[in-house]
Amino acid sequence: MVKTSHQQAFAHPTLLLWLIVGWAGFFLLPWYGVEDSIFTFTWMTEGYPTDDDVAPAFFHALGGRKIWLLPLVAFLIGPLFALRRDKSDPLHAKILIICGALGFGWLIAQGFSIGIRGWNFQWMASLFGPLEDRQFGMGTGAMLTASAFLFMLTQGIAGRGAVNGDIFVVGAIGFVVTIVAAFVFYPILNMLASAFVTQEKTYSVTVFFEKFTDRRLWGLGCFEGGRCGAAWNSLILAILVGFLTTALGLAFALVVTRTGFRFKKVLRALTVLPIITPPFVIGLAIILLFGLSGNVTRFVADFLDISATRWVYGMPGVLIAQILAFTPIAFLVLIGVVEGVSPSMEEAAQTLRADKWQTFKTVTLPLMRPGLANAFLLGFIESMADFGNPLVLGGNFDVLSTEIFFAIVGAQYDQGRAAVLAIVLLGFTLAAFWAQRFWLGKKSYTTMTGKGDSGVHPLLPNSLAWPVFVVAGIWTLFTITIYVMIVYGSFVELWGVRNTLTFKHYVTAFSMKLTDGGIHWTGSAWDSFWTTLQIAAIAAPLTAAVGLVTAYLLTRQNFAGKNAFEFGTMLSFAIPGTVIGVSYILAFNVPPIEITGTGIILVVSFIFRNMPVGVRAGIASMSQLDKSLDESSLTLGANSWQTFLNVILPLLKPAILAALVYSFVRAMTAISAVIFLVSAEYNMATSYIIGRVENNDYGLAIAYCTTLIVVMLLAVALLQLLVGRTNIGRRLNQSRTNV
Amino acid sequence: MLEPNSKAASVTFDGVTKLYGSAATGVRAVDNVSLNIEAGTLVTLLGPSGCGKTTTLRMIAGLEMPTDGIVRIGDQNVTKLPATDRDVSMVFQSYALFPHMSVLENVSYGLKFSGFNKSETAQRARAGLELVGLANYDTRLPSELSGGQQQRVAVARALVLEPQVLLFDEPLSNLDAKLRRQVREEIREIQQKLGLTVVYVTHDQEEALAVSDRIIVMNNAVIAQDGTPRDLFEAPANRFVADFIGEANILDCEISAAGEGMATVKLGGYQLDLPRRDNPDGKSLLGVRPNRIIIGKAGASNSLQGRILRSTYVGSHLELTISTDLGDLFATSDDVDAPYAPGNEVSVTFAESGPVLLNS
Ligand SMILES: Nc1ncnc2c1ncn2[C@@H]1O[C@H](COP(=O)(O)OP(=O)(O)O)[C@@H](O)[C@H]1O
Ligand SMILES: [Mg+2]
Repeated sequence: MVKTSHQQAFAHPTLLLWLIVGWAGFFLLPWYGVEDSIFTFTWMTEGYPTDDDVAPAFFHALGGRKIWLLPLVAFLIGPLFALRRDKSDPLHAKILIICGALGFGWLIAQGFSIGIRGWNFQWMASLFGPLEDRQFGMGTGAMLTASAFLFMLTQGIAGRGAVNGDIFVVGAIGFVVTIVAAFVFYPILNMLASAFVTQEKTYSVTVFFEKFTDRRLWGLGCFEGGRCGAAWNSLILAILVGFLTTALGLAFALVVTRTGFRFKKVLRALTVLPIITPPFVIGLAIILLFGLSGNVTRFVADFLDISATRWVYGMPGVLIAQILAFTPIAFLVLIGVVEGVSPSMEEAAQTLRADKWQTFKTVTLPLMRPGLANAFLLGFIESMADFGNPLVLGGNFDVLSTEIFFAIVGAQYDQGRAAVLAIVLLGFTLAAFWAQRFWLGKKSYTTMTGKGDSGVHPLLPNSLAWPVFVVAGIWTLFTITIYVMIVYGSFVELWGVRNTLTFKHYVTAFSMKLTDGGIHWTGSAWDSFWTTLQIAAIAAPLTAAVGLVTAYLLTRQNFAGKNAFEFGTMLSFAIPGTVIGVSYILAFNVPPIEITGTGIILVVSFIFRNMPVGVRAGIASMSQLDKSLDESSLTLGANSWQTFLNVILPLLKPAILAALVYSFVRAMTAISAVIFLVSAEYNMATSYIIGRVENNDYGLAIAYCTTLIVVMLLAVALLQLLVGRTNIGRRLNQSRTNV
Repeated sequence: MLEPNSKAASVTFDGVTKLYGSAATGVRAVDNVSLNIEAGTLVTLLGPSGCGKTTTLRMIAGLEMPTDGIVRIGDQNVTKLPATDRDVSMVFQSYALFPHMSVLENVSYGLKFSGFNKSETAQRARAGLELVGLANYDTRLPSELSGGQQQRVAVARALVLEPQVLLFDEPLSNLDAKLRRQVREEIREIQQKLGLTVVYVTHDQEEALAVSDRIIVMNNAVIAQDGTPRDLFEAPANRFVADFIGEANILDCEISAAGEGMATVKLGGYQLDLPRRDNPDGKSLLGVRPNRIIIGKAGASNSLQGRILRSTYVGSHLELTISTDLGDLFATSDDVDAPYAPGNEVSVTFAESGPVLLNS
């Protein structure tokens, strides 16, 4: 018996569900954003359903005012006619496509056309006459209705046979495309456009060129003892950081995988530490060591009897801090690659009479090329986007990310300049991306054979092992010193001035009082601490979910425009956080999506900043799962959603854990985008700390950082416990350790 | 025990084409194929690697959608129906057992989605495991089974759904030779006992000849021949089939008219009469199996003259390579005591039945 529609009325449960959601959004829930969270239900008592602030769309339109909302009713009723038709009936699909597309399109169009001051475009005002009314940012009602239209459309497209008529897959594609368009492409394009806006709010190319050719951007004064432009500074710094972190990362990866080194575990733990450290913490530690009153500076000055200088402020300091902060990232990329090189390839080379060194040079190294390119790219982009270290250590060394910040928040308040700087920054990172693609070319570097590889990696040749050991050793010592400094520094009263030990900083930040009313969080850091935890806890699962669904679509499904889809989802990876920050405040402080100053904008920025990592982790482990697993599930009668749930997800636990941990940690430590998006109500830990640093309150800042590090260690352990492991037996386990 | 399957259904392809990629540059994996597989039979798709067997099978399963043409299962047109909604199960070459589920969970997997309640599911799954002789392995993980046992779990998992059609894609290629023979006999036995419709893909002609009711030979995305094992062996439709199924000497020849439906075949100085099989007069091809070659004394009339190049004793028979004017012939001789040494002059004739004219 083939399973076809038994009961006509319930033949389309998904469609029915979305229709109800759409109606609820239109008829029941407040159409525009409300003051408090929708779940507090205070809006119920504020004149609902007729008061303008909380009225559902239907009541807006009923009052005869916002009549442009009225056409949506038609598109919400239309699908009723599709509900009773069989999926194979062409009319079913047609109705859904028309209603979904027109409804969604109309919703977007009216949202962009009518803003807080009536018509958004001059030509509309002259065409339709002035508009007395106005609109605010979309609220729950509008969002639900928009989603309903979107999924009607995707069901219609599935009904026409796209992707084998799979509703779940087409819906997922539509969803990812829509959110990426709304939260990556729209803000970026909007920002590009604002680089051309003059003070009179008209568009002009000359404005752009004026700002683009600024001396502060491209000047070469540093060759004559002056200052160089921020663009050159950023570029040179990023290239240096890219090369050095890649080289160091490779050295550690080789030590861990291909030497008899006994303290591999220690090295691994150490290289992971900086990942859970807010990047600028390293900057702070460097000040404690090498700053004007830093230990090392003092010691050297006393020893050589010269006066201490501020040499570390500027390029040297930023470079050291970034290398320390980003080497672990290169290491994590490279360890997977180094382990991934199939031992049988190396063994084959050795049986073909290559010695160890020749094998390494001719087989191992070339096969690691994609990993090296990726590591360089990551270092390059991280350095370009880094905001904290240049702010703390930069001195007169201007870089793009800090310049963008000061263009927006400083006295100059010049949106156009910020946009131009952001464009230059984006240009650099995209160029790096393009260069990487070009360098890798079309060669295949896949070495996974899918068959259990049982060989062992050869050890490094001695001539290579020793230098690698020495480098790894020095770095390890240095890192340990840095972290000891951080912990120690948090207990010192005033570094370099009063070196007595004290709990003062912790008390100021995290004191609490027990009263009969409960606990009073009296410390100054609690506010930002709880906000940070909350935002990170919300963002992490969402990021992992979006990332893994995207990875599933990319590895498991074939559809038209898949390459463009992949590019779009990975794009936000090439966009430095600072650029995201600027583009978000430019795009989302006006309707239709008005979320500046809320916690939502922080969550959204984290999702799209960190999603590419979830996607990559998902793709990496999904491509190790043979496609026949899904297919056999499908032929056994499960649909693609059930397959995703029962087969793919359980096998992806390592990837899920990686994505969760990464996005959680990044949400807690990120600063570059966050600094633009925080508000008085939603202040994040990192921006609070930066604020303390700017007030020279190092003790408190370091104490807070130490606390964060400990909290994150605990959180990572907790996540590991929550996600658990999937037992797949011994043989398979062995070959899947390097996820 | 599972009951004989009353749902077994036929499979029909009507001008089915599958194109990967665009019409201009894409691969035509299956080209305008029509076939009919009767309910309750085991039919093999046989052909060299890349000829489109797997693609054909996946179109029956609903894992690929035809670019053109119609697929029917029973009387239902399923051309546009996705795999989930078809009542077809498949045993994959890699077995595709879910590594995170026990053997019993694997076998129960499909039952869960077919509306059986818990006890029915468990009961059927156990019956399936019993049928393949793995009743005591229910709690193991797939990674704790040998290759042959994994293969049987995969078969049980597909069987318990009592599908209309059961598909196998090279199910034995990961097993060693001895196990291969055993498992293929088990599959055939279960198929006959339960009266299943089975479509079986292999590139191994011996396997195909051993298990099939009918064999569909494919080559370059089209069907080369469709028939019983005996048809294919004794009356290959063309040179490809003659060469692919068993070994054959393919010789150039010249034919002219003889009696009704017959033709006189001229091979140099050797002449014989054979069924014409729609070949026109003129140049043609003759296929001769090695065991249909008769070796006689040198100089016999109406024969080919040749010289022994190689002679190998393989126990049950001799394998001989004979050089003639028409090229080297490969022959076998049951007369293991005959003293054929390299360099010996012999004459060669063909058995009366056996040689066939081939449509080139
Ligand atoms: N997903 C695909 N995309 C493009 N070409 C494919 C795909 N799957 C199979 N092919 C091509 O189709 C042809 C037939 O493949 P297949 O049916 O797998 O052959 P086989 O007979 O060996 O099972 C081959 O040339 C193969 O390269
Ligand atoms: Mg195949």
